[in-house]
Amino acid sequence: MSNEATLHSQQEVMHGAHDHHDHEHHHEDNFISKYVFSLDHKMIAKQFLITGIVWAIIGAFFSVVFRLQLGFPDATFPWLESILGHWAKGGRITPEAYYALVTMHGTILVFFVLTAGLSGTFSNLLIPLQVGARDMASPFMNCLSYWFFFLASLVMMASLFVQTGPASGGWTMYPPLSALGDASIGSKIGVDLWLISMALFVVSQLLGGLNYISTLLNMRTKGMSMTKMPLTIWSFFFTAVLGVLSFPVLLSGFILLLMDRHAGTSFYLSDIFIAGKALANEGGSAILYQHLFWFLGHPEVYIIILPAMGMVSEVLAVSSRKPIFGYLAMIGSLFAICILAFLVWAHHMFVTGLNPFLGAFFVLLTLLIAVPSAIKVFNWLTTIWKGNIRFTPASLFSIGFVSTFISGGLTGIWLGNSSIDIHLHDTYFVIAHFHIVMGVSAFFGMFAGIYHWFPKMYGRFMNNTIGYIHFWVTLIGAYLIFWPMHYEGMAGMPRRYFDYSSWTSFNQFGGLNQFISIVVILVFATQLLFVFNFFYSIFKGRKLTEQNPWKATSLEWTTPINPGHGNWPGEIPEVHRWAYDYSKDGRDFIPQTEPIGPNESAH
Amino acid sequence: MHTMSIQRKKIHPHKYSLWIAMGSITMMFIGFTSAYVVKRSQANWLAFELPHIFWLSTAVILLSSLTIHLALKQFKERNMQRYKQLITLTAVLGVVFAACQWIGFSQLKNSGLPLNGPVSASFIYVIVGVHMLHVLGGVVALLIMFARAYRTRIRTYSSVPIEVAATYWHFVDVLWIYLLIFLSIAR
Repeated sequence: MSNEATLHSQQEVMHGAHDHHDHEHHHEDNFISKYVFSLDHKMIAKQFLITGIVWAIIGAFFSVVFRLQLGFPDATFPWLESILGHWAKGGRITPEAYYALVTMHGTILVFFVLTAGLSGTFSNLLIPLQVGARDMASPFMNCLSYWFFFLASLVMMASLFVQTGPASGGWTMYPPLSALGDASIGSKIGVDLWLISMALFVVSQLLGGLNYISTLLNMRTKGMSMTKMPLTIWSFFFTAVLGVLSFPVLLSGFILLLMDRHAGTSFYLSDIFIAGKALANEGGSAILYQHLFWFLGHPEVYIIILPAMGMVSEVLAVSSRKPIFGYLAMIGSLFAICILAFLVWAHHMFVTGLNPFLGAFFVLLTLLIAVPSAIKVFNWLTTIWKGNIRFTPASLFSIGFVSTFISGGLTGIWLGNSSIDIHLHDTYFVIAHFHIVMGVSAFFGMFAGIYHWFPKMYGRFMNNTIGYIHFWVTLIGAYLIFWPMHYEGMAGMPRRYFDYSSWTSFNQFGGLNQFISIVVILVFATQLLFVFNFFYSIFKGRKLTEQNPWKATSLEWTTPINPGHGNWPGEIPEVHRWAYDYSKDGRDFIPQTEPIGPNESAH
Repeated sequence: MHTMSIQRKKIHPHKYSLWIAMGSITMMFIGFTSAYVVKRSQANWLAFELPHIFWLSTAVILLSSLTIHLALKQFKERNMQRYKQLITLTAVLGVVFAACQWIGFSQLKNSGLPLNGPVSASFIYVIVGVHMLHVLGGVVALLIMFARAYRTRIRTYSSVPIEVAATYWHFVDVLWIYLLIFLSIAR
């Protein structure tokens, strides 16, 4: 990871030496302060992004490995033994390895990639640039936020290499399995390292979130009222609020879990037998953990999807050369989602013995989320409706986001009903639902953001042809992978099983599982193509020759092509209008910095 | 940096961040106390009295809130000698508070309620312990301020750091009062 960062940094130095003669350099930065312990929000954003990419490769590779098992349960792959050792004796992964892989796949993708890699990258990059600030409220805390994330990454990485393997009780780490080291091989030191890593991760998210909120509320440039902010900023704001309020609750859940593991307490444990021997623990409740976990866990999915929503709104407006439709409705629906996010956690627990009357309220509140979500989808569609769309990779990924968000969101209405959930819970239907609506959609938003703001980050473009291949293979592949899982789930095929072949009722899906696994490999290869495009373009991409390549209105495009620390060489520009004056009064776009003309009405 | 315009800020960013951080810490304790409430409504809940020394520690932390308030006042009037004495006193009171809590733990333990005993007792250890860590975090902050006050090469005139520390200190104080009332009522 640090190698990647260093590699790219060295190149940055070289290319900076050629064409980067900014005169506003206030002091000479040395290598360490510029590229390693940087206080510049733009560099910290790149650090988050590249660390996230490294994690994404690892996490996605894990899914390829366990998909090989699910698609080809009888085949052996000798190369697996050479990389996984005794975890894949004879070229077939062991059940323990399978559970470790799915657990780590979930943890890595949910937290390290789609939380830190997504909002860490773009909140850091865009908040100061789009609200018109020199840097974050506290650049030092921002730097600390990245390095806590890095530490969390190191600990999690180390847990992959301990003898008993990483945590393997599922990414939700439910007790009692996770609380008792004797319960399984994956509940030993792997879980301790997982908890330590996640505690560091929570600290990182809190430090980051504090900064995002105080920067965008407190340090906006002159004229930038809240309702003139681009929707990206609004979405980062609500993301940070969700994170700051829900991560601490997760931390308290983890502290209790650690006590149960090591201090002999019984917060989550009661009446347990291991290998025929009764444990002393009395009076605990495993459900308590689920409450604490999902109180974070549900806001967490919005922490993942809101930044993607914000970036998609921005990219769709820019690429269809039209104002965003229903700007205030967009903010209102983000707000509604943010509130509802805290009130629906128990829909993850319908079948844990939750009081059915209580369940009814959670059903109602859960289904209510469909309203703001539908408003957003409607507004995205009306934004591109009759637009003069420029089909850049970023806009394609944004449109793809809307598509997957609709198809994944609709199955959420099924799962949100506690009665249907009795049949569908813990089946592949759930897997299909959250991978499409949260995994694929959030990745599409992230890709849209990367393609769109890459020129701002590195002063170069990414390769478009590879971008188009990347988009089409990923979109079609994602549907081919996850769509069939709905059918498997409706047939009752449970998730988290190592081998279904001895289960006659699911033998009909043998061919389908093979098909899914083959598509997974193809899609994974295409993501590597994207990674290649990303790193290649940092050094060799087509250079940016103008400040504002997408003809966008927002402030980040008024900075120099390679902005220094402080973003604007002179005064911070003053803002006079909202960020969505596209195709207004016969003009293609009007930057936010341009005063309202005498014959013009403000939005 | 000289040619750049001044960054617009309405409140000092550190103070702003502190307020959000306090919201965050509050959420963590809301997490603990709601877990406590959920657990309490279930079977096998053992009620007992809190160690009496917790009342003494309450007095100590209230007193320390007063001293840090006076320290801030002295700093603003540039009475550095008094300021140094007062923050030292505050830090000492913070340590005394932590010690009282620790004694409370051993009293609990001696009355047959160890950490790995009934859940109701375990909660006391965890909630009070995590709060104690937050107080000790404040003590570390005060030690840094103390070292800064004795620095001869660089002098600081900004009252922001001490204001931030004082606000945090009052916060952990109020948090303790809340926890004490909560734990006494919801037994």
